[in-house]
Amino acid sequence: MRMSDNQSSHSVRTRGMAMTALFAALSIVFGYIEHLIPFDFGIPGVKLGLANLVIVTMMYTFSKRQTLFVLFVRIFVCAMLFGNIYSLLYSLAGGVLSFGIMCVLKKIKGFSPIGVSIGGGVAHNIGQLAVAIIVLNSPNIALYLPVLLISGGLTGGVIGTCANTIINRLTKADLTS
Amino acid sequence: MKKKDIILLLLIIAAALIVTAVLALTGAFTGGDKVVVTVDGEVYKEFPLNENVEYKIETENGGYNLLVIKDGAAYVTEASCPDKVCVNAGAAQEIKPVVCAPNKVVITIEKD
Repeated sequence: MRMSDNQSSHSVRTRGMAMTALFAALSIVFGYIEHLIPFDFGIPGVKLGLANLVIVTMMYTFSKRQTLFVLFVRIFVCAMLFGNIYSLLYSLAGGVLSFGIMCVLKKIKGFSPIGVSIGGGVAHNIGQLAVAIIVLNSPNIALYLPVLLISGGLTGGVIGTCANTIINRLTKADLTS
Repeated sequence: MKKKDIILLLLIIAAALIVTAVLALTGAFTGGDKVVVTVDGEVYKEFPLNENVEYKIETENGGYNLLVIKDGAAYVTEASCPDKVCVNAGAAQEIKPVVCAPNKVVITIEKD
């Protein structure tokens, strides 16, 4: 079926909007799952970062604006539903720093989504640790840095590997915008 | 996985090892004999690690954490917050303070 230029640009915009909303809903569900079943491997502060799966995937299949929109919707909705003002601060610092680092890594040639996600995972943990040091006013917490570096790299790698597969399939199915 | 991905991961692991080594050399991980409780960044109370005590830390927002020091280990057995991160954290160690974010309570093991 052929469409006129006007019609097709409308349908592309509508699809982009619908996909963005779909991804926003998905990332909130991931946030909820992680709230229900904390994948913390017995180490406090360590999280799998399921919601970041959506962000990494979107970075490669949608625009930066759409990705940021989903990131902020998730952070605010999840904080309102399952958290408090402190968890909002932690998520914001982790999410924004992680997104910034992932944008930089993606721009540098030679990184696959896995590497980008590893950088994002580590940046997320560093952002949260920084907030913890400021909020709790306790520089001693910085001793926890090595644990968070390793765990961020590993969970980032796991999420990146999944995102890599999803990105390939979305691109093949032409579900990007 | 591309070459640069692996390099990044190795760099991160190396950074973690270097930080650990520096902290270990400066003795930050061992030899603590003092339990320090801080609330909102201010020292609230100190206990010797080798004395068995139970102490209820009460904070301004009406919350509390029950600190137990027993056989050289300091941990939180009860807390007013809903998430119980501090209770599940186990014993405080030099490298691993027990933190209660809602009450702004941090329990660290330090050296005299």
